Amino acid sequence: MQYTILVYETETELAARTDPKRKDAYWGAYRAYTQALRDAGVMVGGAALEPPRAATTVRQSHGKRQVQDGPFADTKEQLGGYYVVDVPDLDKALEWASRCPSASTGATEVRPNLRM
Amino acid sequence: MSDAAKAAEAAARASYGRLLAYLAAQWRDVARAEDALGDALLAALETWPRTGVPERPEAWLLTSARRRLVDGARHSAVAAAAEADLTEILKGRGENTREPFPDARLALLFVCAHPAIDAGARTPLMLQTVLGLDAARIASAFVVAPSTMSQRLVRVKAKIRDAAIAFEIPEPRELPARLGAVLDAIYAAYGTGWDDVAGADPERRGLVDEAIWLGRVVVDLLPAEPEARGLLALMLHCEARREARRDRDGHYVPLSEQDPATWSRPMIDEAEALLADAARAGTPGRFQLEAAIQSAHAHRAVTGQSDWEAIVLLYGALLELAPTVGALVGHAAAVAEARGAEAGALALDALDAAMVAQYQPYWALRAHVTGRLGRTAEAEIAYTRAIGLSEDPAARAFLARRAAALRGS
Repeated sequence: MQYTILVYETETELAARTDPKRKDAYWGAYRAYTQALRDAGVMVGGAALEPPRAATTVRQSHGKRQVQDGPFADTKEQLGGYYVVDVPDLDKALEWASRCPSASTGATEVRPNLRM
Repeated sequence: MSDAAKAAEAAARASYGRLLAYLAAQWRDVARAEDALGDALLAALETWPRTGVPERPEAWLLTSARRRLVDGARHSAVAAAAEADLTEILKGRGENTREPFPDARLALLFVCAHPAIDAGARTPLMLQTVLGLDAARIASAFVVAPSTMSQRLVRVKAKIRDAAIAFEIPEPRELPARLGAVLDAIYAAYGTGWDDVAGADPERRGLVDEAIWLGRVVVDLLPAEPEARGLLALMLHCEARREARRDRDGHYVPLSEQDPATWSRPMIDEAEALLADAARAGTPGRFQLEAAIQSAHAHRAVTGQSDWEAIVLLYGALLELAPTVGALVGHAAAVAEARGAEAGALALDALDAAMVAQYQPYWALRAHVTGRLGRTAEAEIAYTRAIGLSEDPAARAFLARRAAALRGS
């Protein structure tokens, strides 16, 4: 069963990516987490995303395209990346989600992938 | 909050488990007893502000809950035949007497940890029925979705009713095995709290207080059982060091670097007394041994040194009884301290690779031991694995600092 772990990060956390004092700890934690997923053989895929300021939102209505600077939703925590994992059940997925660094700094959301 | 609301809440907290256990045992139906008690608590909140808090709030709640159960049963067709019995129950037991109603909590604990109940549901069921915790809070402590936890609890309660699991304290012959399951479930509740090193946020704080409270209930109800005392001693020893696990800045401090002056002496003293009492029975068990290991660590507060050789021996005895992955890694850690990093590394090598692959403490220890031996590349891999498997940000930061120090040296 595949699940997607959505990594929600606060602005402070996103800033840690490039902060000289904090970036080693930040990337170290995510590299270690990603490696642990790989070593456990549950990693299907995923990506880290550029921060929300790089986001552009597009809507198409009445045949007109509306392009807007910024993310779709203006919330305190923003999507910073995602992992797709293959595990037997939700409990296992939640176990992995709680090891994700953002679980203690922002939030992680677990969604079962729709089976098609 | 009004006085009546406070009184209702206080009565609920103090006697929820006793009331529920009594009702569930009488009606053989945990779910319906819960609903009735919940309704009675709501009724108390509505009634008491007008009428004043009754002299014996528990008796009031019990009578009110029982009426609801009887009414509910009258409405269901199946129960029509049992009407005579119901009337009997209503007028019969305890209602107007001054006698306190019998404590059925122990029977309820044995039902919750019955072998016919899914092992994963036992601890949550205990927390919900004996302590009245809600499913969302329990789900959060056990890292499962709230809806999953609710469903699981509903399922096991239906099983208790449909399979007619007896609300009884097991025969002496069966007692040790059955008590083991009860104690395991309490320890599991404690463990979910212990893992939360940060623990500052009350929302996320684990179930340690609840587990200790349950441990005390079992010791009170079964004073002759050494393992019940052993478990309580174990939890108190660990709890005595809770604050010492963080420094002032919230950084994680491993046991070996903790200042014994920051440990709670009253808790250590209570734990030592419990353990001494338990030892008099002359039947060592898993929890007594684990408590004895913690006791040996606690001796550092007195002697200034940990007796690592004794700790190795205690782990050896524990492994004979319960070769869990935690005990195996704990044994290896003690070996590394008592007999050197080389011996510790060999003990770690001997463990089953599949068993430890996702066990964070194994990788943290492996990193520490191989680092001490100067096997830097191996230590770095182990640190990375331990960091990746950590749930706790303080532990993650501690390991990252150690790994950085290793690269720096």
